[in-house]
Order: sequence, then C-alpha cells, then structure tokens
Amino acid sequence: MKNTFKMVLALIVVVATSAFTIVGTGYDVGDIATDFKLENIDGKMVSMADFNDAKGFIVVFTCNTCPYAVAYEDRVEALNKKYANKGYPVIAIMPNNTDVKPGDSMEAMRARAKAKGFTFPYLMDEGQKVYPQYGATKTPHVYVLQRTKKGHQVKYIGAIDDNYQDASAVTKTYVEDAINALLDGKEVPEKKTRAIGCSIKV
Amino acid sequence: MKYAFFIVVIVSLSFGNVTHKLNFSEDLTSETSHDSLKVVDFNGLEKYLSRKDPNKTYVVNFWATWCAPCVKELPYFEQLNAEYSDNQVEVVLVSLDFPRQIESKLKPFLKKKGVKSEVVVLNDVDSNTWIPKVDENWSGAIPATIIYNKKRKVFYERSFNYQELETELQQFIKIE
Repeated sequence: MKNTFKMVLALIVVVATSAFTIVGTGYDVGDIATDFKLENIDGKMVSMADFNDAKGFIVVFTCNTCPYAVAYEDRVEALNKKYANKGYPVIAIMPNNTDVKPGDSMEAMRARAKAKGFTFPYLMDEGQKVYPQYGATKTPHVYVLQRTKKGHQVKYIGAIDDNYQDASAVTKTYVEDAINALLDGKEVPEKKTRAIGCSIKV
Repeated sequence: MKYAFFIVVIVSLSFGNVTHKLNFSEDLTSETSHDSLKVVDFNGLEKYLSRKDPNKTYVVNFWATWCAPCVKELPYFEQLNAEYSDNQVEVVLVSLDFPRQIESKLKPFLKKKGVKSEVVVLNDVDSNTWIPKVDENWSGAIPATIIYNKKRKVFYERSFNYQELETELQQFIKIE
C-alpha cells in the first residue's frame, strides 16, 4: 500500500514536471515568432510590422530593476546604434508584473530610458502575454529574428555576450556574431547561449 | 490526538529556543565565518554538486541578494538546514552576487539575516559554459535549486515556499 502510494506520488511528480516543461518551452531556433502590438514609453503602439525596412530584429526582454539587465543597458543601446541602420533594430520589452516590481512601471521605464538615452523602443508587455510565447524566462533574454517570407524567424536565443561583469573583458559577442552572420548570408555560429538573469516576475 | 501534536510542536519550539540560546557563541562564530566567504569559479563549485557521502542529501540553492524571489525563499532554506540537520541534510547557498558587491552587500546581508547555512560565492562569467553543466534544462534564471543524494538528483528552476521545499526533500530522505 505504501509502495503504491509512493509510485503514485512519483508519477504525479513526473507528470507535473513534464507539464511544467512544456508550458515553459516557447520558441526554439528556426521557429516563426509572432508579432506583437505593445505600448512604447512614448505612448504609441509598436509592432514589428511597423518597421518597413527591417531585415530582422534584436528583441531584448529586459527591465529596470534587474542588476544583470542594468549591467547590459549600455550594450543594448550600442547594439541598436550599430545595427538599426543595417536593418536590425533593437526592440526592448519589459516583461515583469509591475505590481510585483513597481520599479518597472511605465513611468519608471520612461524615466530610465530618458536617463540612459535609449534610442530603441522600450515596450511594456501589458498583461504579460508576449514573453511566454517567446519562452523568455529572465532578464536580459535576447531573441534575434530574421524577416523571411514565412515570417520573423528565430535565429538566435540567449545572452548578449560572455561577460556580464565587464564589457571590456568580453571575448564572445554572441548577438553581434549572429547578426554579422545574417548580414553576410551565413549560418549563425552559436545559435543558443545561456546566462544568469533575474527570473521574470509574475 | 490533535492536542498531542500541539504539545509536540510547543515542546520542540521551546527546545529550539533553548538550543538557540545555548549555541549563542557558536552563532557568533558561524556569522563571523561569512567574513571570509569562499569565492570559487565553476571548477571550485563542482565539488559541491557532486558530493559523495552516501548518507547525506544535499540541497544547493542558486541565489543573489539582488534577486527578490531568492531573498524571499532564503529563510525556507535556512529553516530546512536547521530542521533537517539531524537527517543528514546539508544546505549550500551559492551566491551569484557581483564580486564587487561581496563586501558592500553580500556580507552585510548575511550578517543581518544571521544566515547559518554554508555560503559560497560563484564568480565565473562564462555562464554559457557552466549553466548546462549544472543542468541541461536550466535557462539561467534564478532562483534555482538542486537536491541530490547518492540515489538521485533533481533540478528545479522555480521558487519554493517551505512546505513545497520540505515535500521535495522528503522524497529524497524517505526512499531507502
């Protein structure tokens, strides 16, 4: 009897764990990412479809309140400066629940963008509907998309580079390498990377 | 029956208090021990993820002072460490705080909270290499926890409350 109970318990754990994994999967490299329509800090609604000349996008799930995200703010801005006019602009999306993290409110996002001089859209994932579709789990979490006939295809998922502590000590610029490859019509060298980040607040 | 349960709880609580008072000097030493925190790269951390004492269950929690859900669940790991020390359970708190904030933030935090579990700082920027070694399915979000013993190892990319944590742990220490 006790053993049966244990087995049932184990079964429940297995089922629950696998269900959890499925929910948390999101996009893989090669998948087509859905467009979104989210409010920017200037009050306007922004979609990828609005960018007529874009060849793709650097979609960054980020926020004000995570130290890892903050550590990368200047590097995200630098990516936009470098690649927006080459056809790969940055679109930043703030995925946190602002009731849990008031420091990520629209007002706070506006203030942060102004203070840091962000030149890219910084959108609020109102209702937290977009980040689960992508499968973002943390901030910062980057998706490089390429515009194809089928839609916006995911070409890279992961970190911006390999040193969150010190931008000058970076040895691998994952996102830049991915976009340079796409611009050259080549295969992205490293398609998925991982980095520590703050879990998205629900 | 219910009554008996309450008596047990009350007795154990008061015993807990007594022990706490008796151990006061030890508390001080354990707090001071955080003054010389161990800072390791992933090679140094690996031994904490593969300890071999056949009688023990190890609970390794990845956290940081800047991670709000981690700070919220930290007391539960502390509680687990205290309540299950007799059951051969060891908790290790792996801090991912920025090295430059060890002195200014991490140490004052540990002192203020009176953290008694072992704390190790992981300073290894090449997370793309070591995250999959901790667990293939870890996206890198914290909090994250590993519970393991000689029989099995489970990775959790999630937050816990005490009850949830205890339920998970019991599956390790009950299976003979």
